[in-house]
Amino acid sequence: MKQSLFEIIDNTRLAPGVYKMRLQGDTSDITAPGQFVNIQLDGMFLRRPISVCDVQGDVLTIIYKVVGKGTEAMSKMTGGKLDILTGLGNGYDLTVAGEKPVLLGGGVGVPPMYLLAKQLLAQGKKVTVILGFNKAEEVFYEAEFKALGCQVLVTTVDGSYGIKGFVTDALKEVEYTHFYTCGPEPMLKAVYRASTTSGQMSFEERMGCGFGACMGCSCKTLTGYKRICKDGPVMRKEEILWEN
Amino acid sequence: MGKLSVNLCGIELDNPVIPASGTFGYGYEFAQLYDINCLGTFSFKGTTKDPRFGNPTPRIAECTAGMINAVGLQNPGVDKVIAEELPKLKKCFHKPVMANVSGFAVEDYAYTCERLDACEQVSWLEVNVSCPNVHGGGMSFGTDPKAAAEVTAAVKKVTKKPVILKLSPNVTDIVSIAKACEDAGADGISLINTLLGMRIDLKNKKPVIANKMGGFSGSAIFPVAVRMVYQVANAVKVPVIGMGGVSCAEDVVEMMLAGATAVEVGAANLVNPYACRDILADLPRVMDKYGINTLSEIIGGAK
Repeated sequence: MKQSLFEIIDNTRLAPGVYKMRLQGDTSDITAPGQFVNIQLDGMFLRRPISVCDVQGDVLTIIYKVVGKGTEAMSKMTGGKLDILTGLGNGYDLTVAGEKPVLLGGGVGVPPMYLLAKQLLAQGKKVTVILGFNKAEEVFYEAEFKALGCQVLVTTVDGSYGIKGFVTDALKEVEYTHFYTCGPEPMLKAVYRASTTSGQMSFEERMGCGFGACMGCSCKTLTGYKRICKDGPVMRKEEILWEN
Repeated sequence: MGKLSVNLCGIELDNPVIPASGTFGYGYEFAQLYDINCLGTFSFKGTTKDPRFGNPTPRIAECTAGMINAVGLQNPGVDKVIAEELPKLKKCFHKPVMANVSGFAVEDYAYTCERLDACEQVSWLEVNVSCPNVHGGGMSFGTDPKAAAEVTAAVKKVTKKPVILKLSPNVTDIVSIAKACEDAGADGISLINTLLGMRIDLKNKKPVIANKMGGFSGSAIFPVAVRMVYQVANAVKVPVIGMGGVSCAEDVVEMMLAGATAVEVGAANLVNPYACRDILADLPRVMDKYGINTLSEIIGGAK
């Protein structure tokens, strides 16, 4: 973990309520896709945890959804500096991907799949990405994933774009060796049930500190109590205990 | 005595800055960031007789200038704390440490304190009779002078180490509780624990926190803490540790002027993991600015 100041390069709208911010700063502590950063905002007591979408040299890309006052304020920023904790969370393990990993992202669960896809492709893997949204106007990053060289499938719940249905409907058509996923909990559960291989899933929870000190985001797993911010956010399918 | 040093229940601290229990884990997460031996000491995560997962999530809600938590005393239980956490802590913290203890019955407190009494690393026992997030225990001992005295007496029987009672602000008369603890043998009083609070999510019209209510902390509660530290410090002879919303060196000085011998820093650590280090670095400047030569001379200076 590292605390440092990042300079906002740009901040653009990708879809309704969804923004992409690029920041310049010390990215040296970001060591794995699936990690997150925790951003301090003026007038907000707690930091805002946001997943890492991409890192290129000293440029960090995050994609976030406006859900409250903090992210609303972020969406209006055009420049300036932000105090950010980087290198938080365990991130995805690439060593168990096999030759044909599939990546499933739902909504703002899509961004962490980008750096993951990039790194898996760099290792020579054949990567399939399934991006799930509610409707056509929410779709983002399809072209970016295609540009990386992934096979990309898009699903929308209402069928207004791509395959009608959920990411699990697209998963049926894919042959894969391991899955990686990030998205809302109902989606994670559905992927858990539908998947036929080992896999890794990234969880979300309201956090206090984001670095393992406050026990605010604990969960029960088959391998003991875990802090989503520190021992997660990525959990292995085999250790997940669904409580409801 | 040095410029920053204070004496807490017969043990000299290099400085009065103490990370508060529950905001600093067992120290080693922070030890990766800076040398935590710069701290006066720290109060480790609240420990109970048996392991506890704590409350369901969400456990955290944000507020203006603060936060609410309802962690519910998640900890691995005293046996594991002694077997696993303290040895790990020993590698990164070489000073005497403060153990924070909670319970659900008077016997629980005595049992856990007796086990921790045997640990050389532990120099103070901070007995939490003020956790707002557990049912049937915790705060219920700290809202009744008789019950608080009973816990104090039971703990005093099993240890020779200084016993500090950590009090709840969720009472009508904090002074009567503090005095009852002192009369029962408490060697110190620490206050305040969190204020019982609640947030409701306008989107789903439900409490934000799964436990509905939780403990409100952060800079918003600082004035309440200063007031209660002042009241208690003026009513008891034993040393008082002041806490509640402390987030900068000026707050430390203010707490000490109110009567605190040492000062705990809580929620600030969660927002800025370097909070305690930064406060320590800034203390000499603030002391110079206000003409303070040694911190020990200002304790209770505000009359």
